Parts: sequence; structure tokens; C-alpha cells
Amino acid sequence: MSENQYSAGVRDYRETYWEPDYTPKETDLLACFKIVAQAGVPREEAAAAVAAESSTGTWTTVWTDLLTDLDYYKGRAYSIEDVSGDENAFYAFVAYPLDLFEEGSVVNVLTSLVGNVFGFKAIRSLRLEDVRFPLHYVLTCGGPPNGITVERDVMNKYGRPLLGCTIKPKLGLSAKNYGRAVYECLRGGLDFTKDDENVNSQPFMRWQQRFNFVADAVHLATKETGERKGHYLNVTAPTVEEMYKRAEHAKSLDMPIIMHDYLTAGFTANTSLANWCRDNGMLLHIHRAMHAVIDRNPYHGIHFRVLAKCLRLSGGDHLHSGTVVGKLEGDREATLGWISMMRDSYVKEDRKRGIFFDQDWGHMPGMLPVASGGIHVWHMPALVSIFGDDAVLQFGGGTLGHPWGNAAGAAANRVACEACVEARNNGRNLEKESREILTEASQHSPELKAAMETWKEIKFEFDIVDKLN
Amino acid sequence: MSNIQDYPSRIGERSSLKLGTFSYLTQMNSDRLRKQIDYLVRQNWDAALEHVEPERAGSNYWYLWKLPLFGERNADVILDEIEACKTANPGHHVRLIGYDKLRQTQGTAMVVHRGD
Repeated sequence: MSENQYSAGVRDYRETYWEPDYTPKETDLLACFKIVAQAGVPREEAAAAVAAESSTGTWTTVWTDLLTDLDYYKGRAYSIEDVSGDENAFYAFVAYPLDLFEEGSVVNVLTSLVGNVFGFKAIRSLRLEDVRFPLHYVLTCGGPPNGITVERDVMNKYGRPLLGCTIKPKLGLSAKNYGRAVYECLRGGLDFTKDDENVNSQPFMRWQQRFNFVADAVHLATKETGERKGHYLNVTAPTVEEMYKRAEHAKSLDMPIIMHDYLTAGFTANTSLANWCRDNGMLLHIHRAMHAVIDRNPYHGIHFRVLAKCLRLSGGDHLHSGTVVGKLEGDREATLGWISMMRDSYVKEDRKRGIFFDQDWGHMPGMLPVASGGIHVWHMPALVSIFGDDAVLQFGGGTLGHPWGNAAGAAANRVACEACVEARNNGRNLEKESREILTEASQHSPELKAAMETWKEIKFEFDIVDKLN
Repeated sequence: MSNIQDYPSRIGERSSLKLGTFSYLTQMNSDRLRKQIDYLVRQNWDAALEHVEPERAGSNYWYLWKLPLFGERNADVILDEIEACKTANPGHHVRLIGYDKLRQTQGTAMVVHRGD
């Protein structure tokens, strides 16, 4: 039977999906997987299997394969690399033709790349490490509804990082008491406060009441300080209809920013909400609850840099990035890598920062990384040094836990932030001179002095679980 | 409770009204201000001045003083221009901006004189 005739049966994947001589096209979507194959399965076969199962292939030959040009539509594994310090795992690079993906649909891309293939038996473990979205695809997506420069203009804040605080306790406050905590933080000098991710609309505090009391707090603090203020009103909801209802109410209260949890709510809801925000000039803060389930295991799931890229395509103006210095996981170089991925318009391949591909974002706006989790004034110099101006630094316990209350805690953070910015602009080394810089600033701020006393001993020095290979 | 300090901010009080970056630090003297201007110049930003009546401080558009000082790299010239703007507009706030034309934003903005 000639090559063009149908022959039933099972063939090795590598016969069709392993093409080491292939040169990826500019329009291809590229993916890097970290694979551990089952014993006895050659690397090329495992890589080809991943390429096949995440694109056109199935386990057996089917006659309808011959009705299309599979050479045109198939994904191809085109390269394999060792994972340094690990004999079992290897990196496989796969190129997918652009036609495989619906325009503007992160949902569709993920359904292919991290769909059934993750349950595939020939693979012991699989992790999607990075994706290169071709610019052709990037420009079919809406992206951040506003972006960093627009947010600065809307909020009238320039030349420094923005400051925020998540209201605690996470759950259990009444709407009026919750608004009190917001008011105190904002009048003390923070730019933003934030709903915690699991604050949606529980029996102790329905969303309507929370939104109303918080709006009162935001407007009062704005009047008192003369500065623009916002609170991330969490519109994450059980249904998309309900999500829109909450967003509309936030708009009717003249609030500048709302919030969404993009992984638990899903990319479809998130992309729709981003479109709504673009239409309505509303800033969109994105939380990432559930990300660690997906990204923390070094041998399974999706690396956070991919989740961050997907969110930038789906749409958000802020995204939590990790702090490097606080209580949550995050290697410094890797964190710097995905911070670039959020903010910059072109990011070069840089293995030292865990970036496997060049990524061109074209004119798509950037997102502000949000550093949140276990940080306090003593971390401020390092945070300003690591993140620069284009970030939101969020101190939850580090504001609310101040011995004199939220307003004093907020003022302490604001003074520390501005002192660090002034010192950096003067050419001082923030990380080496952190103690001197903060001590000097505290001479004029009793609030900062008290904060420095309270948190002087707190450190979070555990080894990280997910290290760069 | 005796060792807890009250946060003394009050609506309508001058000290409670803040004006953006550096307004939580002590008023900058000319020495500190010069260092910030040096930074602005090193970033290749263009200095500009704007001023406004204090009661209109919250608006997007203050009065632009002349035109931005495009290409000006001499901190003394920028400091002199701040003085000229203050003198010509008694009682106004004066803000120094660093326009970052590559990123289409203000790299920095700081109030260098309060009129209230």
C-alpha cells in the first residue's frame, strides 16, 4: 500500500510528531514542557506523544486523517534538552501552527496544551514551563483593559510604587466594620485597599452592603487627604450574570477599580470582565487563588510564568506576582522573569530567569505586579529595589497590625516608601543601606518608628520548593 | 491605651491634605530638591512645571507654566524656573513633572512648593 493509502493500527508517535530538523515559524505557538517519561519510553517518543496528544493526534490511526493535511495542522516536537541536575526529566520543545487555536481565546490554547495530554499514560509527569505566543496571536487578544500608564493617569500617581493593603480578618466582619478598616488605611496614606479573595457575598456581609460602606470610606478618605483612592471590590461571583451585576454597582458608586479571581472563576469569565472594564474605564485587579495548586510542583502542572502570560492576554491591570521577600513562595530570579513578562513590551529568552522564549507583546499594555503576603516596613527597601516604581506593594498585616491601628500603619508604609524612593533617586543602595534609610525617615515619623519596633525580628527564611533548574 | 498615639488627620486641615509623591516626607530643602532634579535629568525625562490654586489641587489639569523645559539638562535652570513660577503665582501649589516621552507617562511628579 502506498503512503497515501489507509492502514489501520498503532504507530509510534515519533514517526509523525518528532521533527528535529524543523525550524519553528515566526507564527508558530511554541511550548516548552518538562517531561518525565515512563520507564522504557525513549525521550523522542515521549516528546512526540506530548506534541501529538496536545494537537492533532490520537492513539491510533484513523481514516479521516487522510481527509486533511496533517503535515500542516500537526504540532511537532522539534527539540529536547537536559534538565540540569535531574537525570529523569528533560525539556521538550513543541511548535504548533497558528491555525490550531481560536483567535483571542486563552481558553482554547490551554484546552489543547494542558488538556488530555496531562493524563497520558506514557508520561510519568508533565509540566508546561513556558509558552511563546506569536505576536500574530497576541494581537487577537484584548489584553489588560487599561494598563500601567493609564492607571497612573487615572489615579494621578507617579514616580513611586503604589501602596495597598488587604483587609483582615479575611472573613467575618460586618460591612460597616469592614468599611471602617478601609477608611482608616486610606486616610493614613495608602492608595488602595483590597477585598480578600474569598470575600464574595457571604451571609455575614452581602456584597451590596460591602460595596456601599466601602464606597463611603473611599470617598471620605479622598476628601480628607486630597489624593485619589480605591478599593478592589471583588466581583468574583457564582455566575457571570451576578459578576456583571456587581461590576455595574461598583461603577454606579464611582469606584475606580474592581477585582476578580481569574483561576477559580475561569478564563472565559475573566476575559468577559476585562472587556467590560475596558468599555467602562474601570481598573481591574486580578487575584490568583488556586495558582499554587497548578504551579508549585516542579514536575507537574503549569509554571506561573505561563499563567501570568495567559492573564495578560485575557485581561487584567494588576496581577499578584509574589514578593521574593515575604511569606509566600518565589525564587528571586524567576520572579523577576515573570515580572518582566507582566510589564514589558518585549522580553528576551533568559534561562537564568526561567524564560525559554523571546516574547513580543506588541502594543499590548502591561500589568502592575502586586507584591503581597507577609511583608512589612523592613522589607520596603528591598521591595522598591526589586520591583521599581511600576508595582503595587501590599501590606496586610504590615498595615493592620500596627500597634496604633490602620491609619498609623498606612502612614508608616507611605513614609517608608517615599523615603526609599528618594534614597534610590539619590543613588543610594537600598538593600545595603536599608537600616540607615528607614531610621533616618523614622526621625520625622513616629508611626514609622513604632512599626519598625513592632516588626524588627520577623523574617521568612524557608527554602523554596520550586527552584530554577 | 496611654502609649497609643491618635492619627491626627482631619478633614479640611492643611496638614491632612497630601499632594502625591514625597508629600509624606518633610518639606524638601533646595539641596534635596536638586538631587531629585538630577535624577530626573539622568533618566532623560523632560522637566515641566504646573501650578494651581490650592482649592483646585485635585483636578487633572493644573496651569502649565510656559512650556515643558524640553532637553534642559541644567538643574540650576530648572531650579530658577521653579522660583520664577512661584514668584509669578503667589498662593499657588507648584509641581515639578518629569515627562517620559518613551513610555508616554510622567516618570515622576512632585509638589515642590505649597501655596496654602
